[in-house]
Amino acid sequence: METLERILAEHPFFKDLSEPYLQLVTGCASNVRFEPEKFIFREGEEANQFYLIRQGRVALQIFAPDRGQITVETLEEGDILGWSWLIPPYNWHFDARVLELTRAIALDGKCLRRKCEEDHNLGYELLKRFAHIIEQRLSSTRLQVLDMYGA
Amino acid sequence: MVPDLDVSIRPGSDIAQAMVPDLYVIQKVRKETDDTFTLELQEKSGRHTLSYAPGQFNMVYVFGVGEIPISISGDPASPVLVHTTRAVGTVTRVMARLRRGDMVGLRGPFGTGWPVREARGHDVVIVAGGIGLAPLRPTLYEVLSHRDEFGKVVLLYGTRTPSDILFREELEQWRARFDLEVHVTVDRADSGWRGNVGVVTALIHKSPFDPEKTIAMVCGPEIMMRFTALEMQKRGVSSDSIYLSLERNMKCGIGLCGHCQFGPFFVCKDGPVFRYSRIKDLMVKREI
Amino acid sequence: MPTTPLYRIERAGIDQIISSLWQQHFTVVGPTVRGAAIELDELHSTSDLPIGWTNEQTPARYRLIKLPVESLFAYTVSPHSWKRYLFPPILKLCLARKNGKGFHFVSGGNGSVGTSIPEAAGEARPYAFLGVRSCDLHALSVQDKVFGSGAYQDEYYRRTREQTWIIAVNCTLASGTCFCVSMKTGPKASSGFDLALTEVITQHEHYFLVETGSDRGRTLLEGVAHRPAESAEVSMGEELVENASQQMGRSLDTENIQEILYQSAEHPRWDVVAARCLTCANCTMVCPTCFCATMEDVIDLSGTNAERLRKWDSCFTMDFSYLHGGSVRSSVKARYRHWLTHKLASWIDQFGTSGCVGCGRCITWCPVGIDITEEYRAIRETYVTNTATSST
Repeated sequence: METLERILAEHPFFKDLSEPYLQLVTGCASNVRFEPEKFIFREGEEANQFYLIRQGRVALQIFAPDRGQITVETLEEGDILGWSWLIPPYNWHFDARVLELTRAIALDGKCLRRKCEEDHNLGYELLKRFAHIIEQRLSSTRLQVLDMYGA
Repeated sequence: MVPDLDVSIRPGSDIAQAMVPDLYVIQKVRKETDDTFTLELQEKSGRHTLSYAPGQFNMVYVFGVGEIPISISGDPASPVLVHTTRAVGTVTRVMARLRRGDMVGLRGPFGTGWPVREARGHDVVIVAGGIGLAPLRPTLYEVLSHRDEFGKVVLLYGTRTPSDILFREELEQWRARFDLEVHVTVDRADSGWRGNVGVVTALIHKSPFDPEKTIAMVCGPEIMMRFTALEMQKRGVSSDSIYLSLERNMKCGIGLCGHCQFGPFFVCKDGPVFRYSRIKDLMVKREI
Repeated sequence: MPTTPLYRIERAGIDQIISSLWQQHFTVVGPTVRGAAIELDELHSTSDLPIGWTNEQTPARYRLIKLPVESLFAYTVSPHSWKRYLFPPILKLCLARKNGKGFHFVSGGNGSVGTSIPEAAGEARPYAFLGVRSCDLHALSVQDKVFGSGAYQDEYYRRTREQTWIIAVNCTLASGTCFCVSMKTGPKASSGFDLALTEVITQHEHYFLVETGSDRGRTLLEGVAHRPAESAEVSMGEELVENASQQMGRSLDTENIQEILYQSAEHPRWDVVAARCLTCANCTMVCPTCFCATMEDVIDLSGTNAERLRKWDSCFTMDFSYLHGGSVRSSVKARYRHWLTHKLASWIDQFGTSGCVGCGRCITWCPVGIDITEEYRAIRETYVTNTATSST
């Protein structure tokens, strides 16, 4: 638990999070490991966790009947995976498939959701951080969608 | 104010000589991707080897069709002249059908080069998008041949899909080196691709270079270069240390026809490589 | 201003100058009436000049009007400028000929491979320009810098220019679109000529004051009947040129022009002028300093011979800035903005002088009468107002 807390504290995502909240978050954290080719989650499933990737590579994929499994983004060491746990109806919109052996810290979303409802300050701190991630992903996605190499 | 009337203009390289191409013979044609091909050229008489700096370009002439600017994409230390280009217009489409033994005309080298010398003692970050890897490849060759003069060397390369990756074998060789960090990403891929998927700018924030002593060289579509420069600045790299290579319509390549103007700059002679701080205000203006 | 001696010659003296130049194998070109305009063409005697004609020039309007005197130079600038001789509308650059699998370059004229071909295009002819106005004299100097100050230079321009005689004419009247005074390019020719003439017509007399500007000019004058001008004659000439200064139809304030234009890329005035501009490129054709050109490849029917030609081009054309997929400047607004900003501001960064000499041709020959001085004034006024308010 102590090691987990330090790992979380040192991660940019949790930077400047106050000590009590950090402990609270750590309370919902656990080490996890995923083998290659496994799905961390699938589209449509209930979204109850998010992950802080410590090692490995995960592909966010979507399935189209005529085109098969398409990778829209890959995430690796240091990246945060998953925000659907925060937003109703709390379902995953993509598949997350492991490309390389992945070690991560899983954070219990259900547990955190409850705590955020009780303490809105905690909710605000987490939402601020996720808003930043979503904004970055949106910008990147927009550039991808532009197909700028095509013209 | 009366400007001096200078009737006896000092003679320089005259336009006629600079406008008549030299003859080059195609030694090899390689298809790189669907729409991109490489020509390896040698001067017809065999007596001349073009001397150029990474980042410069030649005006390449196809008999009866026309001329276009193409960046040189080979090793400056090699006698073989290499040009990699996309077949997207009239001239390049005809050029793509040429074969070994055919001839092209060549004028050059023109333009400003990448700041390879200035980058000595610095970390070097090369960010390439799509065909933008071609004008940057000579820089990589030159840096690698004087490896100990530079700090960390990082190559970030983004392209549309895995089948659009240029110079694949070379990239894999570079990636295997211990003194070079190579990250390749694609905008989208099917499940057969095990590498990165995402826009190339997303590779910057966690790339291992020291912003205080980094020289960044960026080439690709203008949107990509703009966002790359922004990300580099977010990392703390000064706009004086970021260099971009621009592209504009060129007819003469020597600053006399007016076509390649970008604000007050002639891309053919004030560029194509520009320091970002010099052009950043122009880059955000539309239709300049 | 240092005074150089002025001489007086009569009309016959100018005829002598013209024939002397032809005898020395120079092609004398100058203003002459062609249809409803004064154009530049060969002159064989003073009768070829627009005798007794003046011109009325306002935005989108050019008229020739007959005067009750036999003046030689009582008009201003024609739609032609001298650049058509030094920077020809079409110039052959080289000729490629197929042979076997490859090709080689041949010359058109002198037979040696890979050398300049202007000889084939119509030779670098030795010209004598008769009737060069001060604004056009400055335009020549501007193009000297464009074509002669870079790492690569226009050899055809240089060789032709070096030999060309300049017989300048000081303007004694201005037209409605003139603004050489604002651009400090006239109306008096101050240097860069072989000879400079000022036509004086009074109730009783009609003569020409001559100023020499070069050794060969002095030599030429020696062969012509002349005498030193009397001070009354000199004063008369000065008064006439001063009149021209006072008659300027337009003005342009050049103070701080680079900063103003560079900061005004999104000024609403550009949309206003874009709604009028037809992108017909008249302005760039008549402008004496515009130098944009394109290269054209012409292949013969047999597919054996391929010529490369340099042709006048204009930044107003739709595909001037074409780059795989589209033009960088596709809107009319962007093209007009580029032309004006280049002419008045970027030119200074590029070549050290303004690209505009105040000749007014672009105003006269614009079919919708767009006035560069008016467009710039609107932009300048906003800037001045904004800077004034922000500093209070």
